[in-house]
Amino acid sequence: MTAPIIAAKGLRKRFGAVVAANDVNVDIMPGTISGLIGTNGAGKTTFINMITGYLQPDEGSILLEGGEIVGLTPRDVTRRGVARSFQIPQLFNSLTAVENLTLAEAALRSRGFAGFAMLPDSALEKSARATLERFGLERFGDSLAGTMPEGIRKLLDIAVAMVARPRVLFLDEPTSGVSSEEKFPIMDRVIAATRADNMSMLFVEHDMEIVRRYSDRVLAFFEGRVLIDDKPDVVMNDTQVRTLIIGEEKAHG
Amino acid sequence: MNRTFTFLPPLLGGAALIALIAWFLPSWNFVLAIGLAKGLPVLGLVLLMRGGLVSFGQGLYYALGGYTVGLASQYFGLKDAAALLVISAIGSALVAFVVGLLLSRYRDIFFAMLTLALSMLLYGILVKSTELGGTDGFNVHGITLFGIPLTGADRMNGLLLLIAVCVLGAINLGLFGATAFGRLLAGVRDNEIRVEYLGASADRAVLIAYVLAAVMAALGGAMSGIIVGHIDPEMAFWATSGEFVVIAILAGTGGVLAPFVAAVVLEVVRSFAYQYAPNTWQLVLGLIILALILFLPQGLSGLVRRGPRAVNAGEKS
Repeated sequence: MTAPIIAAKGLRKRFGAVVAANDVNVDIMPGTISGLIGTNGAGKTTFINMITGYLQPDEGSILLEGGEIVGLTPRDVTRRGVARSFQIPQLFNSLTAVENLTLAEAALRSRGFAGFAMLPDSALEKSARATLERFGLERFGDSLAGTMPEGIRKLLDIAVAMVARPRVLFLDEPTSGVSSEEKFPIMDRVIAATRADNMSMLFVEHDMEIVRRYSDRVLAFFEGRVLIDDKPDVVMNDTQVRTLIIGEEKAHG
Repeated sequence: MNRTFTFLPPLLGGAALIALIAWFLPSWNFVLAIGLAKGLPVLGLVLLMRGGLVSFGQGLYYALGGYTVGLASQYFGLKDAAALLVISAIGSALVAFVVGLLLSRYRDIFFAMLTLALSMLLYGILVKSTELGGTDGFNVHGITLFGIPLTGADRMNGLLLLIAVCVLGAINLGLFGATAFGRLLAGVRDNEIRVEYLGASADRAVLIAYVLAAVMAALGGAMSGIIVGHIDPEMAFWATSGEFVVIAILAGTGGVLAPFVAAVVLEVVRSFAYQYAPNTWQLVLGLIILALILFLPQGLSGLVRRGPRAVNAGEKS
């Protein structure tokens, strides 16, 4: 069996009386796509924030290909190959889509003294337009990121994150705030790009149909713990998951 | 054709135009020189503003450049302009690097106030130090470039040297804008969280921009010292730094030529206003600045709208 690309062990995080992570253990295998489900406050975003360096866990360790990444800044975590998108897209709102991607490419090349090398406009723009095409966003190349529809912003946020050429990608609710007919096309594009680059990916999602269709395995969080971690069908049919997270039948009775 | 170099033709054209004007109207070369010398710190400020930062203390480096020229020529007998400019640039870069390590961690009003405080610190030291000329400052004599006189009757030579320094400074910053660090500045202004999550350091981009801006300001101060023949603590005073900010706002962040155009225009307007309305020239100047801000909110560089960006900015899709 291959080694996990991300191994989170015994993560704990408290915010006052709220326990957002209570002994979380998660392994992410190379090249897999994981769906992360759970009620509000189950600790899904906290989990992503701890891995990407936005929050430091109170206890526990996170190994990226065997190397500890707890204590690193978001910048250093990103440089080691972990990228993320945000529930509220973090874009350069006063810039166009092409400029957002160009800036992401510049950021990738600003590590160390290489940042003083000149980057020709033509090459940057060409690669930005190619990325847009890959995500089906070519129509929006010259639109300002701040004025785009939410679904487009979500996709652009993911496209920008992927410019860093990560090995692991974390997506925080890639389809929230997006109309239901837009959800599947967004996920199709993202999954295709993820598979093409042979990345591992974990996405937080509330829509069970999306989770079922796109995940290789599903993690269910409840009250800061991993309730179950298995194949989509197993998780979706689990009694606890159905009552506590999906909240159907008895709960709505 | 690479867009990186599109600023070159107007820049060289502008330089030639200024040189021609000064050649045919020698009485104007002093005003033009003052304007261009102020354009250099403004060029640096405009770079910082691309990163969303306003320094209210570029007078610090303007004075450092001026005093480097003054002190090196007075106490060490160094009279060569090229050597003086190089020393000014290196000295101010070193100071800016150390100061910038602290400053680059701050943004917005905190950054502005810290830069202001530091420049007033230097002002205080200069005013109190009689060895450095106190409030009167001191005169700078006989600076030459490889033996060519630059001042007095030969001021035209000084102006040509200044034009060359301005062109080199503008090319330098124009090219910096095409580097990875230069491109990051727009991201620092817009969304620093995303910059960090792209694996880049916002602070480092700010530090580099700050050092470059300081070098530009020091070169301006040094050239001002050489051509005016006098330096005093006013160069570090907040009003001097404030004037640079006003000119930078007039120029806008669009290009490397605009800072010089704005600085020269303001200097020419000021000298006309002073001549024809000696008692109310500040009022005239104020009204003109107000009008410019009202009708050209993006500064002079807003006059030249470029590419799809400008079209898109007005389009709500």
